[in-house]
Amino acid sequence: MELSRKKKEKTAVSIAPKKTYWQRLGRDLKKNRTAYILFIPVLLYYLVFCYKPMYGLIIAFKDYSPYKGILASPWTSNFGLKYFLSFFQSVYFGRLIRNTLVISITSIVVTFPAPIILALLFNEMQAKKYKGFLQTLTYLPHFISTVVICGMIRMFVDYDGFITQTLAKMGVVDGTLSLLSNKNYFVAIYVLSGLWQTIGWNAIIYISALAGVDQELYEAARIDGANRWKQTIHVTIPSIMMTIIMMLILRLGSVMSVGYEKIILLYNAGIYDTADVISTFVYRKGLLDADWSYATAVGLFNSVINLALVLTANKITKKLTDMGLW
Amino acid sequence: MIKKSISYRIFTVFNYFILTLIALICLYPFYYVILASISDPAEFMRHNGLLLAPLGNLTMDGYKMVFKYKLVMSGFQNTFFVLFVGLVVNLIMTVLGAYVLSIRDLMLRKPLSIMIVITMYFSGGMIPTYLNVKELGMLDSLWSLIIPGAISTSNMLIMRSAFLSVPDSLPEAAKIDGATHLQILNKVMMPLVKPTLAVMVLYYGVSHWNAWFNSSIYLRTPSKFPLQLVLRNILVDNQMGDMMVDIASDRTPMMQVLLKYSLIVVSSVPIICIYPFLQRFFKKGVMIGAVKG
Repeated sequence: MELSRKKKEKTAVSIAPKKTYWQRLGRDLKKNRTAYILFIPVLLYYLVFCYKPMYGLIIAFKDYSPYKGILASPWTSNFGLKYFLSFFQSVYFGRLIRNTLVISITSIVVTFPAPIILALLFNEMQAKKYKGFLQTLTYLPHFISTVVICGMIRMFVDYDGFITQTLAKMGVVDGTLSLLSNKNYFVAIYVLSGLWQTIGWNAIIYISALAGVDQELYEAARIDGANRWKQTIHVTIPSIMMTIIMMLILRLGSVMSVGYEKIILLYNAGIYDTADVISTFVYRKGLLDADWSYATAVGLFNSVINLALVLTANKITKKLTDMGLW
Repeated sequence: MIKKSISYRIFTVFNYFILTLIALICLYPFYYVILASISDPAEFMRHNGLLLAPLGNLTMDGYKMVFKYKLVMSGFQNTFFVLFVGLVVNLIMTVLGAYVLSIRDLMLRKPLSIMIVITMYFSGGMIPTYLNVKELGMLDSLWSLIIPGAISTSNMLIMRSAFLSVPDSLPEAAKIDGATHLQILNKVMMPLVKPTLAVMVLYYGVSHWNAWFNSSIYLRTPSKFPLQLVLRNILVDNQMGDMMVDIASDRTPMMQVLLKYSLIVVSSVPIICIYPFLQRFFKKGVMIGAVKG
């Protein structure tokens, strides 16, 4: 389809008298006038709300003051890199990178394989109705807002919350304080609640991949004498391996971006040591302390790293399959 | 039926057990919240650990407090305003962008698509975005929750692939009949992409319903706060304001807890009731998004 179109265009171009790009563009703008008019609000939106903030990033290299505006604010010392250097030299730099990586990697290790295992277990369940019912229950946390989820977590792990009290009975914690006031528990609370929130929903993609496995492969394996376990190892898992690898690469591409919403709702000044990540630091410095330029510099540093990671991840997935992200 | 080995039968029993357990773990915290919201608060405070049934005399005091709380009610109102007006803006903008970017003979299609996809990978980030909204004079206005988020690029790309999946011959035939692009979009394309449009309504709708962060940085006046921000202030920051004044001070802490649990129920029950019916649309969105991001 696409190929024949290209061919047609080529022949059309070679027959028609040669026109410059601008002439052709002029004709196209006239011919598809209504389409371009329809696009104007969208274009304006992207210019004002996406590209203008990108231009606003130059305040990372300036001493921004809201009274002077972006243009009139002076450039900072060290070729405009003052705020970057002061961030790299501060105690925050190491701590934020460490926390971001610890939270992110622990999340991947715990929450990435879990939905795959859940999908494999669901795949072995024969009772259709009951299976659908259980699956629906596992989606529930996905549909509850972050604020409510975090409000619940805070109450459950408070000193008198049922999780704290149950753990205290088992002798794991002493149960006199909120678990969120102990910096050693933060990563566990964040990751395990994340597991609870996402396991059911993230299994959907694997469940549908499993539904697409060719049933004849199982037939063949059965004839070869493979039992259910062997079929899983030799048929099921290889069939969904591509999906798993793609999802893993995508997940690794966002290893340096930990969302701020859930952390802001859960952490407190007493546990910044383990709970503060780059995005929450940017939020505090910029929006609470009004240290605009410094916060923008830290945010830009993080964006650039994220961009590099995502592009690398995309390149790898593109190599693995013709179907890239673009 | 093929005969199953004994080990597989044992596995099946174990499998039913473990899956039921996982589903119950997903459900239990909400069950606990509901029980806590109707239990006698004094008994609840004395109790430690899990709950299986409500404690003491059933009480509706928590719910009474919730519905007497002005900010909760104005929060619902503000959320519904942002939800409906926001959805209209979202859908118009997303459909326009997606449709134009799906017209194959448009010369500027590629450069415009690239310009838009770039924003998925790189953005100004939190601070420049905030300063931009501030410069535009939208602070402390509900429009700050609608206009800056008018388009989600990933949603627009999902919409675009729906338009692209319509066979070429349909819009072309309309074009030969002299239809303008707006007419083609309205009469030919929209009826064909209705299922994807439903997915868009759900995706944008849920993101408006759940949003709290932007309102926390853009809004100042409490009467403008959407529900989630009111919830944040009560559940996370313990700002109860004036609502505890007519309660005897020795009962205040337990009434606060009761209020919090009731508030969670009131704000989440609507969603819990409708999600089983909507989940298949959401799942569809997950699949479209996975095939073509």
